[in-house]
Amino acid sequence: MMRLILSAGLMLASLLAAAAELSAVQLDKSSIAFVSRQMNVPVEGAFKQFSAQIHIDPARPGTGRARIDIDLASIDAGNDEANDEVKGKNWFNVREFPKASFVSSAVKPLGGERFEASGMMTIKGKTLEVHAPFTLKQEKGILILDGSFPLKRLAYGIGSGAWSDTSVVADEVLVRFHFVLK
Amino acid sequence: MKYTRTAIMLHWLVALLIFAAFPLGVYMHDLPLSPARLRLYSYHKWLGVTVFLLAVLRILWRAGHRPPPLPDAMPRWQQAASHAVHHLLYVLTLAVPLSGWLMSSAKGFQTVWFGVLPLPDLVGKDKALGEALAIVHQSLNFALLALVALHVAAALKHHFIDRDGVLLRMSLADRRNIS
Ligand code: HEM
Ligand code: HEM
Repeated sequence: MMRLILSAGLMLASLLAAAAELSAVQLDKSSIAFVSRQMNVPVEGAFKQFSAQIHIDPARPGTGRARIDIDLASIDAGNDEANDEVKGKNWFNVREFPKASFVSSAVKPLGGERFEASGMMTIKGKTLEVHAPFTLKQEKGILILDGSFPLKRLAYGIGSGAWSDTSVVADEVLVRFHFVLK
Repeated sequence: MKYTRTAIMLHWLVALLIFAAFPLGVYMHDLPLSPARLRLYSYHKWLGVTVFLLAVLRILWRAGHRPPPLPDAMPRWQQAASHAVHHLLYVLTLAVPLSGWLMSSAKGFQTVWFGVLPLPDLVGKDKALGEALAIVHQSLNFALLALVALHVAAALKHHFIDRDGVLLRMSLADRRNIS
């Protein structure tokens, strides 16, 4: 009898553990990167510093929620000259707007491992809705989220003035994210 | 005797493109970062890659078509110098664009010919290598400039001093003795 209770208790505990939200984002293993097109040449970049609070339960992904804050001054746009330029007024204007944020409000299943997070993205004081499809993979004790979505830079005023010429720098920028949760 | 029509067309087409790519390279290099600069860099790279492809065609054509013999009156050393300079010019019409292409890859900015055809990146992104290749590209360009100056000076000497008709062998207009 005692053994039965014990094993039932263990089972319950492991069930609870499995259902528990994984929310500790491994920042050193996660990344936020982007690909812009300059004269139709894909150019890769990334944000080296960000914070992320992600709560997602693989058993009930629909209840997932997330808040990502990106330190815009940590941008790597490919080379030093570009890094200086994109921190300036025409681009991210990091002095006035040091951070960009994404706050998700809903996660909807797309079938299998695929999901879509919807939420509000704020950059340079402008808040717009974005939909970011991603895959969710569970591997021995960790969760891996991988996704990407196109972002229209001009809608946020990123690259204004002469830089708004989309025949040089395309309006659409592909944002890629990779989060590892423990 | 003249060069073949194909050899003449390729000579002048390549010369024209180099006369465009060279000053463009010098000009764009000093511009502050702007959309105009990104545009000019791309145009420069497209021009340069075109030079490279035409130079390959030209060398293949040259391998199958010996140039007409130089005038007998020309001293041996001048004939040898002429051959040496021509060979070096062929080498540089390949090496200059090749160094530019490798430099672009090392700087993490791929070359997409006319914005349509992506060339493979033969080297990965590497800042130090990119800076080294920029110096290689620049040095090869100065060598090219010096050799072309010598080449043009020699052509003008043949025409106006020796009056031996060597310049006309490469003339687009005079087609009396096409070989
Ligand atoms: C025959 C063809 C070419 C010629 C005559 C040429 C000539 C030049 C010259 C004169 C410069 C300026 C160097 C300086 O001021 O330091 C330059 C710079 C440059 N060239 Fe070329 N080039 C050719 C082909 C190419 C190709 C094929 C590429 C790339 C695919 C290329 C990429 C560049 C780049 C990126 C620079 C700027 C270097 C920097 O910013 O430091 N070039 N070129
Ligand atoms: C105004 C500029 C130029 C003039 C007047 C000129 C003139 C000539 C002439 C007259 C020849 C024939 C030489 C002969 O009969 O043996 C020749 C050959 C040649 N030129 Fe030029 N040239 C010019 C620019 C260039 C440039 C920019 C290049 C750079 C690649 C070049 C590369 C060559 C080469 C490689 C040959 C040798 C062809 C062969 O025998 O295989 N030339 N040029």
